[in-house]
Amino acid sequence: MSQQSVALPPQPMPPMRWKRFLSLDNRYIAPMFITCILVAGHLTFGFLESYKKTGIAIAASLLTELILGRWFNGKFPNIASAYISGISVGILVRSPAFWPYAICAIVSIMSKYVLQIKGRHLWNPSNFGISVLLFLAPETVAGLSIQWGNYLLPMLVIWILGSVIIARLHRFNITGTYVASFIAFAFLRSYISGSPWQSEIAPLTGPMYQLFIFFMITDPKTTVRSRKWQCVVVAMVALVEMILRLSHVVYAPFYALFLVGPAALLIEMWLDSRRAIPAHATA
Amino acid sequence: MRVTASVRVVLAMVFAFLVISPLIIQRYAAPKETAKAKLDSQTALARHGFYLQEVAHAAGVNFVHQAPTLDPRLNHIMPQVASMGAAVSVVDFDHDGWPDIYVTSSKEGAKNALYRNLHDGTFKDVAEEMGIADVNRPGTGVSMGAVWGDYDNDGYEDLLLIKWGKPELFHNDAGHGFTRVTEQVDLPPWINANTALWFDYDGDGLLDLFIGGYYSEDVDLWHLASTKMMPDSFEYAKNGGRKYLFHNLGNGKFEEVSAKVGINSRRWALASAAVDLRGTGHPDLFVANDYGVSELYFNDGKRFHEVGEQTGVGFAPKSGMNASFGDILNQGRYAVYVSNISEEGVLIQGNNLWVPREGTSGDHLQFENLARDFGVEIGGWSFGAQFGDLNNDGTLDLYLTNGYVSLDRNRSYWYDFSKIAGGHSTIINDAKNWPAMDGRSLSGYQTKHVWLNDGSGKFVDVAQAVGVTDTYDGRAVAFADLWNQGVLDVIVANERGPLLIYKNTVTPENKWVEFDLEGTKSNRSAIGAQVTLFWNGQEQVQEVSGGSGFAAQNERRLHFGLGKTPHIEKVVIRWPSGKVQTIEEPAPNQLYSIKEPL
Repeated sequence: MSQQSVALPPQPMPPMRWKRFLSLDNRYIAPMFITCILVAGHLTFGFLESYKKTGIAIAASLLTELILGRWFNGKFPNIASAYISGISVGILVRSPAFWPYAICAIVSIMSKYVLQIKGRHLWNPSNFGISVLLFLAPETVAGLSIQWGNYLLPMLVIWILGSVIIARLHRFNITGTYVASFIAFAFLRSYISGSPWQSEIAPLTGPMYQLFIFFMITDPKTTVRSRKWQCVVVAMVALVEMILRLSHVVYAPFYALFLVGPAALLIEMWLDSRRAIPAHATA
Repeated sequence: MRVTASVRVVLAMVFAFLVISPLIIQRYAAPKETAKAKLDSQTALARHGFYLQEVAHAAGVNFVHQAPTLDPRLNHIMPQVASMGAAVSVVDFDHDGWPDIYVTSSKEGAKNALYRNLHDGTFKDVAEEMGIADVNRPGTGVSMGAVWGDYDNDGYEDLLLIKWGKPELFHNDAGHGFTRVTEQVDLPPWINANTALWFDYDGDGLLDLFIGGYYSEDVDLWHLASTKMMPDSFEYAKNGGRKYLFHNLGNGKFEEVSAKVGINSRRWALASAAVDLRGTGHPDLFVANDYGVSELYFNDGKRFHEVGEQTGVGFAPKSGMNASFGDILNQGRYAVYVSNISEEGVLIQGNNLWVPREGTSGDHLQFENLARDFGVEIGGWSFGAQFGDLNNDGTLDLYLTNGYVSLDRNRSYWYDFSKIAGGHSTIINDAKNWPAMDGRSLSGYQTKHVWLNDGSGKFVDVAQAVGVTDTYDGRAVAFADLWNQGVLDVIVANERGPLLIYKNTVTPENKWVEFDLEGTKSNRSAIGAQVTLFWNGQEQVQEVSGGSGFAAQNERRLHFGLGKTPHIEKVVIRWPSGKVQTIEEPAPNQLYSIKEPL
């Protein structure tokens, strides 16, 4: 079918300028949301290790993205994703030293450009950087492991706002499936280990998980395309996390995503290539 | 621009290098330890100028701390809840010129001990005959710490005992015994306190009393009304015990004035210390809080103003467990050391060494945390610490004890601890939600740290090399010249462990000078008196303290190391009354007993 034979739909009226001004580009919703979390968390509870450390993480992330993006693609890239990576590193990494923030941010962004297969990067950048750092630098680095102050309200606001935003981005199926799986596995862990179920649910109530479920596991570039398989993959992440947790691995969610995410993408690429062969054969 | 294959290879190599760089950085940035080898006293003496020998048993001290048994609903996490109470304070209670040692136990019915110094290298427990042993009776709570101060200026140090329970004040009857005066001074019926100190906050010549609550005072840990008594946050908790400031009225009575003077906090206080940070003549108050930020109260003599955030010390929440002051750079300014938790791979809070920021002073004083730069940041699950010149080289060194719960060496509770610590307040707050410890350790069997100060901003850990090899669950550290030989000995109280006395041997080449002060217009204990020593073109300031570190009090006598060939230009004593006294060119290797001039 040629394009000319298709009847053109009626052209919509161009939106008024003020409406265009208020309508947010989806690319900027997540960065704005994570900025809100950062600012609200810090102003209310002194959330950050220090301004300098978070600043270093964001700056290193943006700079690496600009340099490599320009280098690889010949133009400066959109920095929204690098901003999220930088801010995630700034919040999730806890270290008295400065260097982990810079190295984690740079490694995160570089992983997008270096660890590619068929032009597609395999790991969520900040998941890669943070996992590497937690694994290789345990003497100096820990992950965020505290909660949002003493109040339920901030947590509810973030959960509701986050859910609305993720739904607008058509990725709530991922977040919802993960949370449901985590809770189910938490009860299973409680049954197996004998720990109170509240203690197994507890991590989900912390800010580390808020960042994990809204920003890391939903990353469009490192999740499979099919909505159904997105749910399957994220349930697998929760399952691997449960296995790691039963082995007392403190940073189980990061490592679970680190293991399952790329494996799912590789399988998807392999299936794509198998489908492409018959298509070529009949062309 | 097209990225060629060779460029991609280079980029991949850079990436690989960055990925492994944490391993390289950690290897080269690791704090230098002089030796893991066993103590060789002569080598230690030659290399570090001193060594420590644990002599408690030989000195007749066989005290073992016992932990309490709380409400059975806490059984599953009992080792971590009943994890404090080993305290030590040094006092010359009988005024014979030799320091004595008071230590606490925390099991219901267990006895505290007062070790009288027999002047021959041994000690004898006289607590029973003095009437301050049987203080842990069921129903009254158990001991958590003790501080000494002469509240009625009769020349003998009185004893304040803090407990998870009823605090007790004992009047010292001229060194012959103690009379319980708790009811007379009207102390509250119950405080779950872990820190207290004597200081004269208003400069009226009478010692006042600060007590910091840990658990809320309405919690009876033996008969819980509810299991919702744990902190409501790991880093932002504000459901701890209240703070008390008892103003000494001078007639044997105290008035509780905390709210009136601006001290309103329900953070979980574990340590406190006071010095005059701004040269106002009034002691400022530092409170290290567990599960939250530290608090610093500037004192104008009438009111306290909380300036933690403003000065930088109250910004990042950690698990404060120690507060001790020291002029570590010989600049006439105090740094404060706050201990926290560091556990490899789980939680790296790092200890804080708050050093006054260059160019700031007075009301604009600010601190920066230089623990990492100075090499005193990582100390495990740290508890008590003290500054003192252990090798008499003229700079203040740092002794840190640590270790939380040492049970099964091969099984750790850390995973479960980190899991619940990240939970919301409604979960973390309820003890029944905490996973059972089941005999597992939590940062147990840790090696201690003795950091030698090189005077230029670097500390080197020499603990193993100088003989500090114990791995008990350390809590309180106190310094005293126990044998009157011009050196600082170290006493360490361990939770569920023995009291350790590390006798110090220092190279005789290094000189010293000590000052034993007695106030007249000022409080007689001279707590708050500030001594600045000027020698060989440098100066060091120290202040008589009414309690510092964690659950500890050093000997009131001030000890200065001087190095090899000292020439002391002068000593300036600023008494709490404001009077300033100068002593010109005192000779080294002397103890000076100085009474405040009238």
